[in-house]
This record gives sequence, structure tokens and C-alpha cells, in this order.
Amino acid sequence: MLTVNRSIRIGILAAALASPLAAPGASAATFKFASPVDAYTLDPHAVSNTLVFAILGNIYEPLVRRGGDLQLEPALATKWTLVDNSTWRFELRKGVKFQDGGDFTADDVVFSFERAKAGGIKSNLSTLESVKKVDDYTIDIKTRGVDPIVPMEITNWFIMSKAWSEKNGAVQPGSPDNKVETFANRNAMGTGPFKLAGRDPGVKIEFEKNPAWWDKPVGNIDKATFFVIPNPSARVSALVSGEVDMIDTLPPQDTQRIEQTKGLKVLAGPDLRVAFLLADVNRDELLYSDVKGKNPFKDKRVREAMQLAIDLDAIKTKVMRNYSKPLGLAIAPEVNGFDPELGKPVQPDVAKAKALLTEAGYPNGFSVTFDCTNDRFMNDEATCIAISGSLGRIGIKAEPRAQTTSKWAQQINPPGYNTSLTMVGYSPFTYDAHIFLTSLLHSRDAAGRGVFNIGGYSNPKVDELIAQIQSDTNPDSRRQKIREALKIAKDDVALIPIHQLNILWAAKDTVNVVQPADLAYPLRLFSVKQ
Amino acid sequence: MRSTSSRFLSSMLAAPAASVAGLIVLLLALAAFAAPPFLADPFNPMNASLLDAFTPPAFLPNGLPAFPLGTDDQGRDMLVAMAFGLRTSILIGVSSVAIGLLVGVSLGLLAGFAGGKIDALIMRIADVQLAYPALLLAMIIDGSVRSAFGALIDVRVSVAIVIVSIGFAFWVQYARTIRSSVLVERGQDYVAAARVTGRSGLAIALLHILPNVMAPVLVIATINLGIAIITEATLSFLGIGLPLTHASLGTLIRNGNNFLQSGEWWISVWPCALLVIFVVAVNVLGDHLRDVFNPKLRRRR
Repeated sequence: MLTVNRSIRIGILAAALASPLAAPGASAATFKFASPVDAYTLDPHAVSNTLVFAILGNIYEPLVRRGGDLQLEPALATKWTLVDNSTWRFELRKGVKFQDGGDFTADDVVFSFERAKAGGIKSNLSTLESVKKVDDYTIDIKTRGVDPIVPMEITNWFIMSKAWSEKNGAVQPGSPDNKVETFANRNAMGTGPFKLAGRDPGVKIEFEKNPAWWDKPVGNIDKATFFVIPNPSARVSALVSGEVDMIDTLPPQDTQRIEQTKGLKVLAGPDLRVAFLLADVNRDELLYSDVKGKNPFKDKRVREAMQLAIDLDAIKTKVMRNYSKPLGLAIAPEVNGFDPELGKPVQPDVAKAKALLTEAGYPNGFSVTFDCTNDRFMNDEATCIAISGSLGRIGIKAEPRAQTTSKWAQQINPPGYNTSLTMVGYSPFTYDAHIFLTSLLHSRDAAGRGVFNIGGYSNPKVDELIAQIQSDTNPDSRRQKIREALKIAKDDVALIPIHQLNILWAAKDTVNVVQPADLAYPLRLFSVKQ
Repeated sequence: MRSTSSRFLSSMLAAPAASVAGLIVLLLALAAFAAPPFLADPFNPMNASLLDAFTPPAFLPNGLPAFPLGTDDQGRDMLVAMAFGLRTSILIGVSSVAIGLLVGVSLGLLAGFAGGKIDALIMRIADVQLAYPALLLAMIIDGSVRSAFGALIDVRVSVAIVIVSIGFAFWVQYARTIRSSVLVERGQDYVAAARVTGRSGLAIALLHILPNVMAPVLVIATINLGIAIITEATLSFLGIGLPLTHASLGTLIRNGNNFLQSGEWWISVWPCALLVIFVVAVNVLGDHLRDVFNPKLRRRR
């Protein structure tokens, strides 16, 4: 025993000495990381949620994936071509096995499309009409009209095994509010680089390397554990004490401490997510307000007054400690279609805001509840309280009601939209404004457009422009139309932009990670020095 | 025989620790209740001043005389915030002790006076509850009420839930004390005399027995006041009591805890210190009351 152990140790030591900068992948490793929230379902088609995608992206795979540099790469599809104006042909990778040993074929893709179209992620696929099997390893995707960005739109559409889903009664997807659960809600089985090795909802998710994966991992992770640690101080302590190798959502106030601690580093980068406020502009009477018989948010002047009352700079310096970027649009500068002119943050003007509110008939303001998360983004609850203070300056008493993301999402998500005013964050995972416009500013419809249009904003001109943007293949005129749609929504104060967030992670120096702006955790690209 | 109150007052003067504690409780309670009508509630969003956030205490560099103990992350004056927080904590403490007293005394009286199966039932429930730590019980009550109502509840309802949860977590002690006293008093001549005059059982229990068994319960209640305030602070610290937008000592400490590691120690240290000082003072006072009202100790003097 002893000699064996010693020889192994010597072996490792020798390897370490031989190549101090050993190429990743050279040795096996475990990686533990912690985030404030759990993926609240493992069903890849139940809900469009960045964290759910971030976790599941390690187990399931799309046809087209993003690499560490965010460029599109072939995954389960090897080649894609535009056959005609509304047909994309995808050639599928041969010889890919699901983690249960089953073969991956076109049937699984067709099945996953039907399943996804019945689930909460249908809005992400709203421009796709149908998926047809050509042969076992070829499919055709028909789009509604021309759609030049199909490959970008399907990077979070994960392929499930038809056989596995049928065997386990998971043919139907779970519901976005998590009220309908299926087998796939607590289990996951895809073609990806990692297998689900364990799941304890609200506590941890365990991953184990899939040795039969078709691709070679760039990193060296063999086993990974994702812990849920909601309390920020506890999360920081877990890293400092060495319990975990990396934490997500480092509180900005703790960056200095991490930087000063030997062996730890802060990893900051732009987050694709922008936080903004959505007010209920749809109901005739607000659910949670002292104004009865009418809805103050239907009056544009009220929304404009709110925008003018909020001091974005103070929120940036005091609440976010400069780890945020105030914006005048609800999409980040990294997103195609962002317009620097429209994106300039609105400067606060309390006097004008008060005047507008008086003009709208609320000289003494009104009160309303303000739904917020307290574990989703950096200092989200503090941001809400600060916004509430800003609105208080003009007499609008917005009482923050902070909840965990899972409770908050169950409340405000479709089909209930059970809120009067809420702060949300959205990241257009296609890196293009079209998905944002479709999901958030389009009128709600049966095809899933406007699904996250929590406030129920509806403007036929915007809807029309969104349809045109979808089929416009000329990048310049397309960008022009995006700008026009964004401008109309901005003039309508359809939503109130707050800021672009920063991704703030902290990790041990021995850990090498990539930090994509869409908040994914691509474990295949992570490595740990032994 | 001297009256109870004069006995209490003179004993206070004889015990300097108790006098100091009493003075501290009195002054702090006075500040907590007298300040709010004169000062703007820093937790009202109408009075927010985010630009003042993270001002250190006045005696530190960059401190401002306007904020002697500094400000928190939302620019609230710590001194004023603590006055409002203490007021909520005292209100919750006193109300929950009152609820505990009401429930405990009624059930204890009923058990002791009725006896038999009712007595057995009440006391077995009490035994079961004793097996649960009070904090855990308060968490269970708070959690189940909240999940029944959902998240869509008003802050005032939230406060009521906390009060009731803590109140129900502490009724057992009162019930047991009252019951054993009632068992003793039941056989006394004055009770027999009252029965002879034809008074109803309820009247005898409330008018004759209750006044004679209340003293020990009031002593327990004073000590429990401190425990109730700590329980509230713990619940709020754990995030299951009051929301961060409503000041209590617990929410102030919880909020400050986020900044403890980043150097802004004053946001949590002041409310922690206030909690410790207030609860210790209440406990010293409670101990003293116990000494005064404990007949055995009295006789020894």
C-alpha cells in the first residue's frame, strides 16, 4: 500500500516538475464551485433561464454551440447551409452516443423540437416553423419567412433522447412556473461532456466526466460539484476557507478583500444581462397599488417621471461600487443592434419628474409593491431598495418585496404575470437584439412572442418592425430597423433601463476558467492545476 | 407588610447593578419611542439619501458630524435607524410575550382548574412542545403561515406573523407555572369560601385564583422579553422575519453583515452592541425581579 501510494505521489511530483505549466487535460481534477441560486429545474425545455442553461449546457448539447471565444462551433451538427429562403439544412454528427448508450439520430432532434415548442423556451424558437427529418443524419429547419440567424438562435436548444424521454414519461416538458414536474425535471441525460452524478435541489448538483463524449475537453475536470450558497458572506467564506474553488456573484464590496488574499483572484467581465424595470401597463387596475379603478402605469408621463427620478449614477457608485454600467437601453453594448446614442443613460431630473407626475394627476404620488429578487444578480435587493428611494423622491412609494429567484419567478412568470412593478434582468443569448425585442417588447401572443413582456406592453409598430427585422438579410437595414424599434419603445418608456451588470467571480489562482458574458459555466473549458 | 411596588423600589436602590440596568432599559426604550415622532423614518423610501451611503462614524476620517455613528449602504443614519429598529424589536418582544402570556396563562389556568382529561391533554401538548427549541418552533410557525399566504403579504402582516410565532413558542413555561400554582391555590380556604358563596368556576378562576398566581409568571415574562427580542433578531437575521426594508435590530444586523468583511464595520457593530446591551439590561432586571418576588429568597433576607 505504502509503496504504491508513494510511487504515485512521486509520479505526480515528477510530472509536475517535468512540466510546471502542464497543458490542461494532462491530469485529472475535481472542481467545486458555488452560486447563490440553484437551477430550479433540470428540464432543458421548461424555461428560458440563463442559470438553467448554464448548468444543463454541460450535460445536454445543442446542434450549434459557442466556444470560449463566443464564436459558433459545430456541436451535434457538423455543417449547416441555407437551402432556400426559409430552409436551413443541418448535417448531424455521426457516431454520437447518449450517456445511456443510445445512438443520437435525427429522430431525437425532431422529438426535441416538438418538445421544446411545447415548453417555456418556445419563445426562443418562435421563428422556427418545423423540423423535418431528411435521413437519419440530416434535418431541415423551416423558418417563418427568412431567418438569417438560425444557428445563433439554437445554441440553447438542447437535444434530448427520444427513447429516454419516452421510457421515463418525460415526453411533455415541465411548465415554466415549475408546477408541472416530469422525470426530466430532476434527471438529465444528454450527449454532453458531463453526466449528472447527483442532484440535491437547493443544495448541490454533481457532474462526472462523460468518457464517451465525442469531443475532447479542453480542460481537465473529471468531477465537478455545483453548490448553492445563497448568503454572500458564506459564499466568500467558502472560497477563502478552500471549501470551493470558485464562486459566482462575488459581492462587489468584497473584491478588495479577495484581491488582498494570497492565492485568490477576482474575475470580472461584462455580463450580457441588463437589469431594468417592467411596470404593468396592461391591466385596467393594478394588482398591488392604492390607486383603484385605473392603472397609473398606463400613463406614459408616469413611466417617464419614474425614469427621470432614478439616479443611476448614485446606484452605480454606491450600490454597485462601479461594477455596473448605467444604460439607456435594456440591451448591452456587446449585443448586435445596440445603439450608442439611444444607449446613453437618462439623466435624473427630479423637478421635471414631479411636474410630469402632477400633470398625470398624481401630485402626491401613489404606492405600489415592487417585486425583486434577492439572490439573482449582484446586489439586486440593495438596487431595488435604492430605486425605491429614488422613486420616493417624487412621491411614488414603491415597497420592495424581495424574494428568492425561484419564488419570484413563479409569481411573475407566465401565465400569471402576477406583479405591478418588477425588476428583471435579461440576456439575449443570441447576442442579437432580435430575441430581446421578440421576447420582451412584442405583444404577447400564442406563438410565444412577448413571453417575458411581463408588463404587457403592446405597440403594433414595434410588432411590425420585429417581423421585418426577422427576415431582413441586409445587416445595415436590419440594424436600422432594430434601432427604430428600440427608439419607439424608448420613447414610449416601455421599460426603464437601470444598468448592465458585471460578472464577478472569485477563484483560486490554481483555477483556469473562461467567463462567457452569457453566464454559462462551460466546465469542458475549465481546468485546475493539481 | 410593605406594598409590592415600594418593596421593589427600595430593593432596586439596594442593588446598584439592577438600578443601572433599569436605567439603561428606561433610557433606551424612551429613545426608541420618543425619537420616531420627531425624526424622519430612514426606512421610508421617501426619506432616502443614497448619496450619503457608507459615511463612516463622525470620529473616523471622512466622518460627518451629521451622522455621529455613520450611515449604512442606503445612506440611512445609523443612530436614527437603530432608534427605529429598537422600537420595532421592543414592540415585537412585548407583544409576543403578551401573546405567550395570554395563551399560557389561559391554558395553565384551565388545566389546573379543570383537571382530568383537559389537564392531561394540555400538559401533554406542552411536553411535546418543550421538546422543540423555541427558535425552531418560531421558524416552523413562521414558515407555514408564510407558505400558506404566499409571498404577497404586507409588511404589517409579516410583523404580526413574527409576533405570533414567537408568542406561541413561549407559552409553555407560563402554562406550567400557572398550573402548578393553581393546583396549590385550589385547596386554599379562600377558594372554598368563594365556592360556598355560589360563584361560578370561571369567576373563581379569574377573580380569586389568578391574582394570587400571577407574580411568578410576570417574573418569567420579564426574562422572556429578552429572549423574545433575541429570537426576533435571529429570525430576521436568517431572513425569515422582517424584510430588509423594515427596521428591527435583526434586520439591521443582517444588512450590516454584508459589509462586515469589507471594512464598513459600523453598519453591523452598532446594532449588535445595542442588542447585547438592551438584552443584558432586561435580563439583569428580570433576575432582580425574580429575587424580589421569590418568597424563599425574601424570607432569607
